[in-house]
Amino acid sequence: MSAPLLSVKSVSKKFGAVVALEDVSLDVGAGEFFALLGPSGCGKTTLMRCIAGFESPDAGTIALNGDDLSGVPPYRRPVNMMFQSYALFPHLNVFENIAFGLRRQGETRDAIDARVNELLAMTQLSAFGPRRIVELSGGQKQRVALARALAPRPKMLLLDEPLGALDRKLREETQFQLKEIQRLTQTSFLIVTHDQDEALALADRIAVMRAGRVEQIAGPMEIYDRPATRFVAGFVGETNFIEGRLDRNGAAALITEYGRIPCEPGNLPDGAQATLSVRPERIGVARDGEGIAGVVENFVFRGETTLLRVRVASNIVLRAAASHGERHAIGDSVRLSFPPGAGALLAEER
Amino acid sequence: MSAVVSWARRATLFVGFVFLYAPIVILAVMSFNASRLVSVWGGFSTKWYAALLENEQLLHSAKVSLAAALTSATISTLLGLLAAISLTRFGRFRTRFLFFGAVHAPLVLPEVVLGLALLTCFVAFGVGRGFITLVIGHVTLTMCFTTVAILAALRDRDPALEEAAMDLGATPLGAFVRVALPQIAPAIVTAYLLAFTLSLDDLVIASFATGPGATTLPMRIYSQVRLGVSPQINAISTLLLALVAVALGLAALVSFRRARRDGQVVTSLARAPDNAS
Repeated sequence: MSAPLLSVKSVSKKFGAVVALEDVSLDVGAGEFFALLGPSGCGKTTLMRCIAGFESPDAGTIALNGDDLSGVPPYRRPVNMMFQSYALFPHLNVFENIAFGLRRQGETRDAIDARVNELLAMTQLSAFGPRRIVELSGGQKQRVALARALAPRPKMLLLDEPLGALDRKLREETQFQLKEIQRLTQTSFLIVTHDQDEALALADRIAVMRAGRVEQIAGPMEIYDRPATRFVAGFVGETNFIEGRLDRNGAAALITEYGRIPCEPGNLPDGAQATLSVRPERIGVARDGEGIAGVVENFVFRGETTLLRVRVASNIVLRAAASHGERHAIGDSVRLSFPPGAGALLAEER
Repeated sequence: MSAVVSWARRATLFVGFVFLYAPIVILAVMSFNASRLVSVWGGFSTKWYAALLENEQLLHSAKVSLAAALTSATISTLLGLLAAISLTRFGRFRTRFLFFGAVHAPLVLPEVVLGLALLTCFVAFGVGRGFITLVIGHVTLTMCFTTVAILAALRDRDPALEEAAMDLGATPLGAFVRVALPQIAPAIVTAYLLAFTLSLDDLVIASFATGPGATTLPMRIYSQVRLGVSPQINAISTLLLALVAVALGLAALVSFRRARRDGQVVTSLARAPDNAS
């Protein structure tokens, strides 16, 4: 990647005694779709507001194209934000809402008309220019908010939970639209979300945040397959946490009370206490043969897969996904197999 | 439902309206009475209105009242706007509670006390009483109402709207003027009309605050009534009533149109005080 478009370095922010951001650093490249993912209260919205200029960090710097943004007010920053509540101006119609930023830039009437019509077409709102905001549906408002934020051609677009207010079906459709628009406009998108599926579906890279800190920054696949911490593994997708002691002799494996589970040891020392995070669908389920013996305790049909709860020891239940067509009944004996690269080994925390 | 109950309801409503509005209707009707006697109907005439035009004293008082109402409503709306902004925007500043109380105090303060306080103050500072002190008195009286009306509107707004405007390149002042002001404009109009009406029909504060040469219409009417009721008083009262009704009607219309636009309940007028004085 060339020099990053946005560079956040060691940013900290406190509200009274509450730490909102602690030593957060991340880079976003030009044209990248970047997601800040985390539970509510993790500081992701605060970070976004710091980038937009509505909050100023207590420490650290935020730079855009190498220019330090500290002290630059929101109205002089070449970033635009799409608000969670959309914050559309109710006294202006759709056209004037989208034109608002362009008028502040002092563009000519023709340039404004052309740009607004272009955005109306892009967001499939061409017929809605003269509409009042109260006459729009939720999905239409969402698109007006997007068009309004994109109109002044920002270097970077900030999206605060852009799909949060939409219903499930519309959300999926809008995800594709958002990706398509990002591709067309070649603008960097920074999205804040608490929805892991949304982050995985949309982003080129994801920063998972927890309690004001960044836990991991990586692409969606890596976040999912190689979570760096127990929190990331647990927050993004479903997983099993298998605790044991690492044995590096021969084929590395995690020694547990119910058997040896092969794994990639990483840089942990021999004999270390560690946790292996394994996604249910990476565990092989068979009726007999090699593997950890267990008893099916319960199952849930999920369409594509069937999620089994398999008791492998008196106090341990693992979740494994059997692929479509396999039938299991409660009480069946099964063998669980773990391909060597199936899980991510996490060092014991604290 | 039985017809009896239905009729009883209508009768109750009618009695209620009679109780509330009969005096006003009689006052207005009698202003068109050809007879000089207040209690006897002598045929329809507009002569009292014509006589009014020649009554220099009354006309002068009407001008004073209108000028004082226009000036004080303008000042108190501006001050109310500033007070409301400072109460909503500047967080919990140290004297906020005190300021909040001070702004709202005239709402509950007996008018006589407020008037006496003003008079004492003018005397203490050696300010000669006249039109200016009258305006100051009316601003003091009406500012709490304008503040309350505008404060309610400012509080109902989504603060993200102005942030969005700033994000799109508007300066803080620009964002306020272009986004916040259009939102609260109906409340500002309501506040202005309210202040105008309050000032126009105020008698108590005016009696304390004004001086010779700046006698307001309600003061003039009051002093003339003591000497005996002339149908001219009915006429000027009817005109005053019409003016107040128009002002309140406009305020209601503004609120109603806004409510219809935003789908909200009409609240601004519900907060207006009782204007009977």
